[in-house]
Amino acid sequence: MITRDEVAHLARLARLELTETELDHYAGQLDVILQSVARVSEVAGADVPPTSHPIPMQNVYRDDIARPSLPREDLAAGAPAWEDDRFRVPRILDEE
Amino acid sequence: MSDLIRQSAATLASAIAEGEVSAVDVAQAHLDRITAVDERVHAFLHVTAESAIAQAKAVDAKRASGDTLGPLAGVPLALKDILAMKGEPTTCGSKILEGWRPPYDATVVERLRANDIVILGKTNMDEFAMGSSTEHSAYGPTRNPWDLDRIPGGSGGGSAAALAAFEAPLAIGTDTGGSIRQPASVTGTVGTKPTYGAVSRYGLVALASSLDQAGPCARNVLDTALLHAAIAGHDPRDSTSINAAVPDVVAAARRADVRGMRIGIVKELSGDGYQSGVAQRFTEALAILEHLGAEIVEVSCPHFEYALGAYYLILPSEASSNLARFDGMRYGLRAGDDGQHSVEQVMALTREAGFGPEVKRRIMLGTYALSSGYYDAYYGSAQKVRTLIGRDFESAFDQVDVLVSPTCPTTAFKIGEKVDDPLAMYLNDVATIPINLAGNAAMSLPVGLAPEDGLPVGLQIIAPPMGDDRLYNVGAALEGALVDRIGHLFIEEAPAL
Repeated sequence: MITRDEVAHLARLARLELTETELDHYAGQLDVILQSVARVSEVAGADVPPTSHPIPMQNVYRDDIARPSLPREDLAAGAPAWEDDRFRVPRILDEE
Repeated sequence: MSDLIRQSAATLASAIAEGEVSAVDVAQAHLDRITAVDERVHAFLHVTAESAIAQAKAVDAKRASGDTLGPLAGVPLALKDILAMKGEPTTCGSKILEGWRPPYDATVVERLRANDIVILGKTNMDEFAMGSSTEHSAYGPTRNPWDLDRIPGGSGGGSAAALAAFEAPLAIGTDTGGSIRQPASVTGTVGTKPTYGAVSRYGLVALASSLDQAGPCARNVLDTALLHAAIAGHDPRDSTSINAAVPDVVAAARRADVRGMRIGIVKELSGDGYQSGVAQRFTEALAILEHLGAEIVEVSCPHFEYALGAYYLILPSEASSNLARFDGMRYGLRAGDDGQHSVEQVMALTREAGFGPEVKRRIMLGTYALSSGYYDAYYGSAQKVRTLIGRDFESAFDQVDVLVSPTCPTTAFKIGEKVDDPLAMYLNDVATIPINLAGNAAMSLPVGLAPEDGLPVGLQIIAPPMGDDRLYNVGAALEGALVDRIGHLFIEEAPAL
C-alpha cells in the first residue's frame, strides 16, 4: 500500500533527512499502522458532521492592548545563532 | 514528624503550617531521597535543588511573618518536562531541545508557585509525550519502582515513578491519550485528566492541541484534588481555556459518598482482552461500589472500537503541524549549519538528528493523513468518528453519573517488550483514548494488586465535561473502602528500593 518512495516523499515534505535504513524500516511500519487505522472510514457517513475540537468554541479575542513582549536578550540566550540583534539563519536563496 | 517522604501532601502541608516541620526540611528530605534512589529509577531529567530550597525558605519566611499559608504550601512536586519553567531545562525528553531554557513560565508553573508548591525538578517522559512506556525518551527509560525491569507507563512515566518511589508526594502530568492515567495505573498512584480546557495549556509544549490536557498526580485522591484545585481555572492566554468556575473537587473528595449514584460500565470496554488479575480487581471494585450504595448499570458505546483508529490519525496530524516549529532556527538544536547547506537542508538535518524514531514515525503518519488525496479518507473520517464518540458519551451520561473501566488492559510490562512494535504499544491506551477525543474528565486510581504478578491495577472513572468533581467523590469513596479493608493504601506495599 505505502511504498518506500512514498515514505521518502513524506520525509521530504516533513523536512526529515532519513537514512536508507530508516526508509526501509518506516515503510513497513507505516503500512501496518495505516491499514489498522483506515477502519475509521467504515462509519464516517456523509451525514456525520466532523468534530475538530472537543468544546464548541468560536474565535476568542482579547482586548487590543499593547503589552511588553519577552526581553530580546532572553530569546538570544536560547537561539542556536544570534547576530546583530537577530536570529542568524543559513542562506535562504540559492546563488544562481 | 518522622519519615517525611512517606507522608501525604495534605499531612505535610498542615505540619508545615503548624510549624511541626519546616518546608526546607521537607524539601531536603525529598532531595535526599532523589539522590538515594533516582540513579536506579531515573524519574528525573533535571533536579532543581537550588530553586527548590529557595522556594521552601520563602514558605518558611512567610509562615514566620504570620501570613496564612495555602493548602499545599511547602509541599514538594515533580514537574513533567513538557511544561516551560523559566530558566530551567525543558527538553520534552528530546535531543532537539537539549540545553534549551525557556524564557517564561507555563501558567501551570505560575500557579504552582503562587500556591507555594515547591518544584523539585523536571521528570522524564516519552519524547514529546509520544509513547506509553517512557522508553521513547532520548535520555533513557524510567523504571517502575514496583519492579525496576518494568515500564512505569508513559508518556508521564517520570512523574508517576517519582510518586511511587516516594521522591515527591505530588506531580504534574499531561494527558493526550492516557499519559497521566496509564502511568498512574501501572505504578499504583492516582492521576486525573481534567476536562479539556479546565487547565491552561499556555507553556505546555503542544503534542496534539485538541487533545492535550495537564493534570494532577499524587498517591491518594484528596492530594490529587488539592493539586487539581491549585492548577485549574480560566487563563486568558489559552484561547481554549474554559471561562467557568472550577467544580469543587476538594469538597467532592471529602464527601466520598456514592449512595444513589448510577455508575456505568461500558460494554465495549469490558469482556476479553484484559489480564486476569486486572479483570478480577475491577470486578471486586464494582462490588464495593455497589455495597457503598451505587447502582451499577451497563451502557453501550458502539463507536469506541473506532476510537484508537481515529486517535492515531488525529494525533499524528496535529503533531506533525505542531512539531514543524522545531526547525533549528530560533531555539534548540541546529545541525549542518556549515555555510554549505541551505536553510531547508539545515532544517531537515536538524530534525533528523534531533527527533527519535517514534516522533519521526508520527510526523510522517500525520503528514500522510493530511496530504491531498488522503485527507478525506483519513483525517476527515477520523473527525467524524470523533463526533460519534462524543454522541456515545452523551447518551451514556443520560443514563449514568459516571462511567468506570479498567484503566489499562494489563499491569506494567517489561522494558523492551513492545518498544519496536508501535501497534502493540498503541493498544495500551484503548480505554483512555475515547475520553480525550470527547474532552471528558477521567481519573485512574489503584484498586489492588494483580494476584499473578503482584503489580498494581488501576480503575478509570469517567465524568462528563466539567463533571470533574464526580471523579473525586467516587474515587475517594472507593479508596476509603479499600483502605478500610486492608488498613493502608496499596502504594504502601511498593518495594522500599
